[in-house]
Amino acid sequence: MGAIYRREMGAFFTSGVAYVFLVVFYFISGIFFYNGVLAAGITDVSPMFSSMFYIIMFLIPILTMKLLSEEKKNKTDQGLLTAPVGLWEIVLGKYFAALTLFIIAESIVFIYAIILAALGDVVWQTLLGNYFAMLFLGAAFIAVGLFISSLTENQITAAIVSMVVLFVIYLSEMLVADFENGNKFKKLIFKAVSSIAFYSRYNEFTNGVFSLPSIIFFISVAFLFNFLTVRVLEKRRWS
Amino acid sequence: MIEVRNLTKKYGEKLAVNDISFKVEKGEILGFLGPNGAGKSTTMNMLTGYISSTSGQVLIDGVDILEDPKTAKANIGYLPEIPPLYVDMTVDGYLNFMYDLKKCKLPRKAHLTDVCDLCKISDVRGRIIKNLSKGYRQRVGLAQALINNPPVLILDEPTVGLDPNQIIEIRTLIKKLGKRHTVILSSHILPEIQAVCDRIIIINKGQVAADGTADEIAKNITNEHKMTLRIEGPTHTAEDKKAITNALKALDGVKYVRADMERERGIYDYDVETDGKTDIRRSLNKLCNEKGWNILMLQLSDLTLEDIFLKITMGDGVPVVTEQSAPKLDIKVKDGELIASEKEEPAEEALPEEEAAADDSDNNGGEE
Repeated sequence: MGAIYRREMGAFFTSGVAYVFLVVFYFISGIFFYNGVLAAGITDVSPMFSSMFYIIMFLIPILTMKLLSEEKKNKTDQGLLTAPVGLWEIVLGKYFAALTLFIIAESIVFIYAIILAALGDVVWQTLLGNYFAMLFLGAAFIAVGLFISSLTENQITAAIVSMVVLFVIYLSEMLVADFENGNKFKKLIFKAVSSIAFYSRYNEFTNGVFSLPSIIFFISVAFLFNFLTVRVLEKRRWS
Repeated sequence: MIEVRNLTKKYGEKLAVNDISFKVEKGEILGFLGPNGAGKSTTMNMLTGYISSTSGQVLIDGVDILEDPKTAKANIGYLPEIPPLYVDMTVDGYLNFMYDLKKCKLPRKAHLTDVCDLCKISDVRGRIIKNLSKGYRQRVGLAQALINNPPVLILDEPTVGLDPNQIIEIRTLIKKLGKRHTVILSSHILPEIQAVCDRIIIINKGQVAADGTADEIAKNITNEHKMTLRIEGPTHTAEDKKAITNALKALDGVKYVRADMERERGIYDYDVETDGKTDIRRSLNKLCNEKGWNILMLQLSDLTLEDIFLKITMGDGVPVVTEQSAPKLDIKVKDGELIASEKEEPAEEALPEEEAAADDSDNNGGEE
């Protein structure tokens, strides 16, 4: 796993993906930080984290798009799959590489916190709560993106499909919002959709609630999709 | 070292590899020969555990590749048809990655230097793979396979796309490697296989069509012998050719006659195949004496690997050979022979065309 992790980290930087990801992330989070926090004259970072959901949704596919699709296209997967390593090692090596880059990007908030500390009192509990919420949200999204990358040989396809999937997951809650007060059937749908909702779970944190079930939910999603990715690789061998 | 039992691979309905069995002993260099699409790469991918088999077993040093893949794979160095190179990395970076990936325990620096020296890539270690020529990439691919000194090397068409010098280099290298490793090598280039391999397996349509050394295969496939004759007839026209061909065919022990090109003006060469039991040279002399023809040349030529290959791969309905039993292939020339050019294998269908060409333009003797 270590070898694959190190190679992917290197590849992020040699291919330039890391720079694009980091620059866009820092730029947009900077805007959110300025607009939502500094310009509003508050020291609560929650508005910024709330807005960050959207940017994560669109940036994570960039991070994950080529992780497995390129391997298949360039036939480098032959090297990996015939080496004495397990499929889990391959998938997790790539997964944690993407997660590491995401954490590097996300940790910019601590610089914002230092800026805030100079201007007033930072509420560290809220900040850390939000920080970890975003981390686990990203962990779940990366697993989804990695899974989609394993399904195709084309990285652009992987990126677009991942964005659409994440967007649909986000939208699904809005779509069924009316169903809450409808008949039994509608209520059932509402319950089902909101139990797998990403956005409102994440929003809970930005409202100052640290919800352990939601953290477990995000971790479960990450595990589930990594498991599915392993199955895809496994199935490819057998077909 | 490597044992393959009844290996079969189906892609949907299509049978890519059909019930292949063979064994490779330690230190052997085995050549996999077959036309494109015969199932060579599929077989190799199954041997290395890249794809699974539909049924059958692959044992590497006694370990089943599907049951204990990590142990089995640790014993294999694999160079696929397209070397699995990360083109954005430097050669050194890539080899270090493969070193880590294979969890190699040998001293890193010394081992990588050894491998690079062996594959002659020491001078490009700092370069990015993207910028390397095809020949260098192939050698980096080979170097990658050699990392961790695996006892088994599986090389899928290692010389494809190389220039003649590089081909010779790689061949020499493989021969050298064969002293310490068990090597399986696939190719559709006959001289290559012949030059490098101790043993040859010919695969056709997903089946083992022949197995043995080149000589053994030749012997088993057919006990016919070939000779080339140049006979001068009285009239120096195509009629001679017909008469001579027919007379030769009528000789005892002759199985097949084919008039070849016109080498000298009005004089043709004839490819003659005999059953191998009767020596026809004396009766041939007698025949020519009676008819007043002159034998200008008589050359014995046994089957080359190329002939064998063509025989096996061109004829359809080749019987499967799993053991080294004696008459492996009964080439259907026997029937085709007697009925002359009506019902023949594809190889012979080319005959009329060639003849025509010979008549028209190919005046190779050149005394016009």
